[in-house]
Amino acid sequence: MKRTKITVGVTGINPIDSPGPGIPVIRGIRDSVEMESRIIGLSYESLDPGIYMHELVDKTYQLPYPSAGADRLLDRLEYIQSKEHLDVIIPNLDAELYSFIKLEPQLKQMGIHMCLPTLFQFEERHKFHLDEFGKKYDIPVPKSKTIYAPEEVYGLEKDFMYPVVIKGKFYDAGIAHNPEQARTYFNKISAKWGLPIIVQQFVMGNEYNVVGLGDGKGNTIAAVPMRKQFITDKGKAWAGISIDEKILLDMTRKFVKATKWKGGFELELMKDANGKYFLLEINPRIPAWVYLAVGCGQNIPEALVKLAMGKKVEPYTDYAIGKMFVRYSYDMIVDISEFEKITTLGEL
Amino acid sequence: MKINKNLAISENGFCLNPVTGESFSINPIGAEIIQLFKAGMTSEKVVKELCTSYNIDEATMERDLYDFVNVLKHHQLIQADEKN
Repeated sequence: MKRTKITVGVTGINPIDSPGPGIPVIRGIRDSVEMESRIIGLSYESLDPGIYMHELVDKTYQLPYPSAGADRLLDRLEYIQSKEHLDVIIPNLDAELYSFIKLEPQLKQMGIHMCLPTLFQFEERHKFHLDEFGKKYDIPVPKSKTIYAPEEVYGLEKDFMYPVVIKGKFYDAGIAHNPEQARTYFNKISAKWGLPIIVQQFVMGNEYNVVGLGDGKGNTIAAVPMRKQFITDKGKAWAGISIDEKILLDMTRKFVKATKWKGGFELELMKDANGKYFLLEINPRIPAWVYLAVGCGQNIPEALVKLAMGKKVEPYTDYAIGKMFVRYSYDMIVDISEFEKITTLGEL
Repeated sequence: MKINKNLAISENGFCLNPVTGESFSINPIGAEIIQLFKAGMTSEKVVKELCTSYNIDEATMERDLYDFVNVLKHHQLIQADEKN
C-alpha cells in the first residue's frame, strides 16, 4: 500500500505526572499503515519531554501560552507553517482549545486542518454547565453548582451533603469533607486555574472512562470504555483495562448523536453502589490513555487525522476486551545543547 | 446458575469480569465450580458432583456452595436475578 505523506502538528507533548495526550496521539499516528507522517511537536515548556523524544517527534516549536491570546498564537503558527507546511494540527490541551477553535477558519486558509468541536459544543459541555447538559440530553450527572467566591462554600449544606468535590475550571479537584476543606481547595485551585470553581456532589464508587471520536454528524467513529486500575495522587490513571460495558457504549453513542460532537473526547463517569453511572465530566479532546484504544484495535488518532483531512472514515465496531495499559516513567539523557536550542531559539 | 457469559477464567483460576474490569484469583475448587456452572449444571448437580469427587457430605457442600455463590453475586460474576 502506498502511504500518504502527511505533516501533523501535535500539542500536549508533556508525558509528565499529569500527562498531556500528545505522545500517545503521536504513537497512534506513527502506527498507521496508511500514513507516512512527519510529526511537529508544539510545546509550551522547554522541559516538555516530547521535545527530546526524537524517535517520535521530528521537530518541535514553542508556542506562546494560551493566556497570551489567539493573535499571538496565530502569529506563531504562521511562522511555523512557513517552515513546515502542516496538513493537520491536533490540539490536545483543554486550556488552548478555545484559541484553536476560534482560529479554525484562519488556519484552514493557511492549509491547516483540524477536527475540533464547535465553540457551542465546547462551551456547552463545560463543567459549570454540566447540570443543564445532563437535563437537556437526559444523561445522569451529579448535582453541581458554580461558585465565584470562597464565602460561598459556607452555604453549600443547603444543597449538598458532604463530602463534595471542588473542581477547577480546567484541571484539578479535591474532595472536601467540610466547609473549611472546601474553602482551602477553592483558594488553592482558583489561584492556579482561575474562576469559576465547580462544586459537585461526591459519588462514591468506581471510576470509568470512555475515549471516543465523533464525526460532527452524529456518528460515533470510535469508542473504547476503560476502568482505571491504578490512580495517582493527582487522580490520573496509571493503569487501566478495556471493558465490555454496553451501558457505557450506549451512553457514548447517545452523547455523540445528541450533540453531533466533532472530534476526540473523553467521558469521565462514576458507577455508584447501585450500578448507576453518573457523568462527571466531558473532556473535549483525546485523553492521555488513548493508546489503550489503539492497542485494542481502534486507532483514534489516525481516524481523527483522516476526519480532519475530510476523508470518509468508517466507524470502528469492535475492540479487544481485557487489554490493559500500564504507564511508566523513563529518564532520558539529554545534551545541554538541545535544551539551549529550544530555550533560546524556541525550536529544536 | 448463570455465570456471566463473557466471564474469562484461566487454568490458573485467574478470572476477569469484562464488564467491570475487575479481576480475581480463584482457588482450584472455586474455578472448578465456575466451570461446572459454565457447562450448564444446576446447583444440585454441582453439589452431587463435588460430593463424589471430594468425598464430603452433602450438607457441608451445599452450605459452602451457597457462600461461594454469594461471593460471586457480590462481584457481579453471576446474574443476580438467577434463582438456581
